[in-house]
Amino acid sequence: MATALEAARDARRGSVLDDNPDHVVVRFAGDSGDGMQLTGGQFTISTALAGNDLATFPDYPAEIRAPQGTLFGVSAFQIHFGSNRIDTAGDMPDVLVAMNPAALKVNLRDLRRGGLIIADTGAFGERNLVKAGYQTNPLEDGSLAPYQLLAFDISRMTLEAVKEFGLGNKDALRCKNMWTLGLALWMFGRPRQPILDWLARKFGPNELLRDANIAALNAGHAYGETAELSGPLKQFRLAPAEVEPGFYRTVTGAEALSLGLVAGAKLAGLPLFFGGYPITPASALLHALARLREYDVTTFQAEDEIAAICAAIGASYAGSLGVTSSSGPGIALKTEAMGLAVMTELPLVIVNSQRGGPSTGLPTKTEQSDLYQAVYGRNGDTPIPVIAARSPSDCFEVAIEACRIALMFMTPVILLTDGYIANAAEPWKVPHVADFAPIPVSFHTEVPAEGHVNPYARDPETLRRIWVKPGTPGLTHRIGGIEKSHATGNIDYSPENHQKMTDTRKAKVDGIARYIPAQGVECGEATGDLVVVGWGSTWGPIRQAVAQCRARGMRVSHVHLRHIWPLPANLGDLLRGFGRVLVPEMNTGQLKTLLRDQYLVDARPLSKVSGQPFRIAEIVAAIEETLA
Amino acid sequence: MNEMTKPVPATRPEDWASDQEVRWCPGCGDYAILKAVQKTMPELGARPETTVFISGIGCSSRFPYYMETYGFHTIHGRAPAIATGVKLANPGLDVWIVTGDGDGLSIGGNHMLHLLRRNLDCQVLLFNNEIYGLTKGQYSPTSRVGTESPSSPWGSVERPVFPCEFALGAGARFIARVIDTAQKQMPEVLKRAYRHKGTSFVEIYQNCVVYNDGVFEGFTDRKNAANTQIWLEHGKPMLFANGTKGLAVNRETLRMEVVDTSDGDVSRVVVHDETNKAVAKMLVSMRFPEFPVALGVIFCDPRPNFGEALERQRAEHAAGKTADLDALLRKGPSWEVRPQDAGPA
Repeated sequence: MATALEAARDARRGSVLDDNPDHVVVRFAGDSGDGMQLTGGQFTISTALAGNDLATFPDYPAEIRAPQGTLFGVSAFQIHFGSNRIDTAGDMPDVLVAMNPAALKVNLRDLRRGGLIIADTGAFGERNLVKAGYQTNPLEDGSLAPYQLLAFDISRMTLEAVKEFGLGNKDALRCKNMWTLGLALWMFGRPRQPILDWLARKFGPNELLRDANIAALNAGHAYGETAELSGPLKQFRLAPAEVEPGFYRTVTGAEALSLGLVAGAKLAGLPLFFGGYPITPASALLHALARLREYDVTTFQAEDEIAAICAAIGASYAGSLGVTSSSGPGIALKTEAMGLAVMTELPLVIVNSQRGGPSTGLPTKTEQSDLYQAVYGRNGDTPIPVIAARSPSDCFEVAIEACRIALMFMTPVILLTDGYIANAAEPWKVPHVADFAPIPVSFHTEVPAEGHVNPYARDPETLRRIWVKPGTPGLTHRIGGIEKSHATGNIDYSPENHQKMTDTRKAKVDGIARYIPAQGVECGEATGDLVVVGWGSTWGPIRQAVAQCRARGMRVSHVHLRHIWPLPANLGDLLRGFGRVLVPEMNTGQLKTLLRDQYLVDARPLSKVSGQPFRIAEIVAAIEETLA
Repeated sequence: MNEMTKPVPATRPEDWASDQEVRWCPGCGDYAILKAVQKTMPELGARPETTVFISGIGCSSRFPYYMETYGFHTIHGRAPAIATGVKLANPGLDVWIVTGDGDGLSIGGNHMLHLLRRNLDCQVLLFNNEIYGLTKGQYSPTSRVGTESPSSPWGSVERPVFPCEFALGAGARFIARVIDTAQKQMPEVLKRAYRHKGTSFVEIYQNCVVYNDGVFEGFTDRKNAANTQIWLEHGKPMLFANGTKGLAVNRETLRMEVVDTSDGDVSRVVVHDETNKAVAKMLVSMRFPEFPVALGVIFCDPRPNFGEALERQRAEHAAGKTADLDALLRKGPSWEVRPQDAGPA
């Protein structure tokens, strides 16, 4: 322990963490095979159960098992937790757990100055140092002086802890993450029991692995308890966050989305049909729904993205609520079928878990660059409503809203989420399904007194066409991608008819603006010097940035859009009440273009396309600059 | 196909014809197919309201507009995918897919492969005219080498795909082949296709009078049909040319060969066994004019279909479980914050 003690003594200078901090950002980083996502996920659950508010940011490479020790194989999981409201996964980690040199190298640039590094010296051998591009060992060469360093041989201590189970060296070392988790649980006074329960469930009958992992977890925890190091390795106490009474759970965006879709279908009294094709980061939705057969959910893993949406369209035609999901490149493949859904006016929810583009782009990194694709990206005049989720738990309500719009207007709806929201977790005050208004759906069954049913007969208010379920006697009819007569539903290419049908399709979607809530202000007044307009997962950093600037007396407000197409009816007037409009986006300015086009306002972009979420500080800086 | 549950008035062929004017070219083979289908539907005991015709894009894909049933004219190549959603969502419907050689085997080839592999309960009528008609005559994936067309002015050099061979390779459990003008045999083949639970793949040689007229004439010409066609019957020896010729397996090459049976000796002639995939492979590999064209039901060996398997699994999985959505929302790590607590309990 000499090294650890010395390190702790050295590190005592300039502690960034108080004994009782009100919030902390911890990042676990290691090789993609080190189990960092599991470690982070379990630490998250434990933190939630301890009563802190939290937000997480899993950040992992596209390769499943990248070559060991390499920079591109580094996988990280960041969690921000505290006793106040937490809206983002945190700008900069206070604590960095680095399981190898590559993890240190990749993540050090983000660490707060004076932050704490916990490193496994056992993984800082010659080979790993070379792979990470280090000439000298950073744990020993003084280069980490601006930080607090706690370096000790986690590998060796893990091997000792699990020795009695007789595992091979490789298997034994795989318990390292549990050792580290044990230490982290001790550091922040987190309960161990939920993790022990989880290990018992995870390994089930494999008692050897279960017990080895439990032993490693306990050893890490005991190390913290007994080493009694002064300096940075100490226990931190965070008071629980003050939150509204209620029943809470942690939820990721993908989980909340799957539950919201099931709830939406249930509120409409319809079976849910989900057509999907494996793609990162959208697959989590397919996985979640595939387990819910008893909830009247059918999942279909199609042969490709096109078949996935086509099967969903077929299911909607047959009387289910069809849903399909993908990420940007897969959405591109579905485009032609979206046109068919618009033309045949069938309800359909299309989920896009956005990732960095173009093409394959950054499969595991987040971006918001598919807004143009969602709003404009189809042949013909093909309007589709677009809505966006702003956080993991928000996915639940947004999914219900997507189902509502799809069924109320007989239209496909695009739901935009992103890789960050899909994987990130946060506490969620769980609602009851009965809290939500039912979604009225009625299948047309009335047989006309003479002639044939017109499938394009419409509700005069919403312009929704009738929905006839095949199997209904007396109402046989044909629909398809060819333009149909507004009066009979038969093929009709005539100029007047195409004009009328195009106008009607547009009017129907434009008219949705009358059925969505007026745009409110998230934070601040309804007029002022500057409005920061966001959509999607930028919600957390914008909210925090605006709150900080307002605390400093700036007249800035935050407006966050759920409905992107059509835009809320009052948005133009709202924006015109501010001197300036700033639009932070993880793209090169797509909502900015839309706002300029719709309202002729001088919306200015704040662009970030690094595959990483915005930091609060970046938005604060942009607000300062705009108002300077 | 759907079992009948209560007696309903029988339909007539005209009940299956929509009021839409048929817009195929005069003399198109599609007319004969449409007529045969409309004639057969009453004999199947099918009902218009529980019947759905689904098509992609192309001349054949206009078919649903002319049937007084539910119909969905979709997008190019995707009818099998749409049909999969329709059938899984609403298993009580009789689903028919109408497609062509370009729609079903070129742009939609992937979907066709997976439809057959999954064995969705539906009927596929693939109109093969070896040409793209609606786009004005380009060579198709079934066009023979040397086909001259606007996109292959010196003749196509691509090797064609043979639909029944493709279907067999994809794992189809029912494969049949007919000719558009075979009004006598087509209803029987359609009935067999309808009764088979699973994907029933029916290739129909269809003459395009405008862009590929007479391409099948070598074996469709009625005057010589006895010598060029062999209509298969389960359990019967494979004879043609009025019984004077038969098909036998050459034991050295493991291929079919034509044998002379004019002396009445049929001992070497293969007896058709629909369930024998090896025989089916030989039959679909036979090329005219070296061999007669095998017609009728080539292969029929049922396996559980996709929808059935899914529903069985759903029933097994859901047995004894209650679908309580509020409970589902609350599953996993959770905690309760009570009103009197300053923070979470």
